[in-house]
Amino acid sequence: MSFRSVPLFATLIIGFILLSPGYDLKGQEPHGGEHESEAVQHEEESGSEGFNASEYIMEHIADSHEWHILTKPNGEHVSVYLPVILYSKHSGLHIFSSKKIAHGHSHEGFQMGHGKLGDKNLEGVIVEVDEHGEMAGEGIPLDLSITKNVFMMMLSVIILLSLFLSLARSYKRTGISEPKGIQGFLEPVIVFIEEDVAIPNLGEEKYHRYLPYLLTVFFFILLNNLMGLIPFFPFGANVTGNIAVTGVLAVITFLITQFSGNRGYWQHIFNTPGVPVWLAPIMIPVEIIGMFTKPFALMIRLFANITAGHIIVLSLLSMIFIFKSVGMSIPSMVMVLFMDCIEILVAFLQAYIFTLLSALFIGLAMPEHHHD
Amino acid sequence: MTGTLAAIGAGLAVIGAGLGIGLIGGRAMDAIARQPEAGGKIQTAMIISAALIEGVALFAVVVSMMSNS
Repeated sequence: MSFRSVPLFATLIIGFILLSPGYDLKGQEPHGGEHESEAVQHEEESGSEGFNASEYIMEHIADSHEWHILTKPNGEHVSVYLPVILYSKHSGLHIFSSKKIAHGHSHEGFQMGHGKLGDKNLEGVIVEVDEHGEMAGEGIPLDLSITKNVFMMMLSVIILLSLFLSLARSYKRTGISEPKGIQGFLEPVIVFIEEDVAIPNLGEEKYHRYLPYLLTVFFFILLNNLMGLIPFFPFGANVTGNIAVTGVLAVITFLITQFSGNRGYWQHIFNTPGVPVWLAPIMIPVEIIGMFTKPFALMIRLFANITAGHIIVLSLLSMIFIFKSVGMSIPSMVMVLFMDCIEILVAFLQAYIFTLLSALFIGLAMPEHHHD
Repeated sequence: MTGTLAAIGAGLAVIGAGLGIGLIGGRAMDAIARQPEAGGKIQTAMIISAALIEGVALFAVVVSMMSNS
């Protein structure tokens, strides 16, 4: 065994120790412990003999009101219970810890929903019930809670602000000089975005107005992608794999694109030069749909890439439970480490692609007239 | 049945993505072999194109996930 293979073996062994869940392999159900409500019984009956891989995966990808850290051998759950903030049309604003409605409990008339209402799936949604257990009135209050994703977004905002404000302050103090500390790490990235993404797509004169947005979007997506890969508290929530988050980012890009459209842009849509007039009934709807598909593609691309990566890692991990053997851990861990390296590449790449395409679309909305 | 069809659909989408990205990789390698000095630029362009094609393939995966659940 040469010296060079020592880091490899060390990584494998550390990975095995850190990543292998140490508890019983028969399933994840608590043995004994207090049976507090029928919801816990329900879990035990359905899951105590087997491991439901798709439920395990979906549970880890979806948003949640509590942050489950670990389950002790005697069945107790150690979790961080995040606040639930609800606004109901009947009873106004309620704020309480999600511990009160965990595991099927009911608090102040609110509990986790089951089943379906019409065609709307109620699993994981907080519903309001009256004394008889029926859904009161319209039933579903407005849910403004601090969930895992909201908490992690706030955390990433705090990290980004502290990082970049201190960077700006150090530039103000020392001027443009030799970079030290965190500057040396961030400055090449910022200059890269400015010179290779913003200027080629937006032009030398106009890129200043859009550069703050492009930098923000790049670092926000990058930080959230990377934080989603770290498995322990307080990281590890799947923010950019939440279609609402990527949808909002795509909508913001769309709005910026539309508001910076100049005459040439609208002319290209409604009166494409070089196209005969009788084709306009086809061209105009096609161009309008094209206006919407571009941000839609941005949203789906980021969401699907990040979520698919998480699903793959979770599936490889759950292979250990499906095969029910500890010996399966080592091949599984090797594959998980490999997939995690690919996920880091995908994190950087997807942040870069989102920023590049946003710059491209904004640049396309301000065409300079070079033809004719 | 829907689950099986969804899985078949996802598999077909992966065929498309595999072919597309494979072609890009092949042509990129030809180009780098022809002109090794341009290797850096070609590699960057290859990675960007691969990410865009993967985006399209993941549309299909998302549609199969939606139709499955």
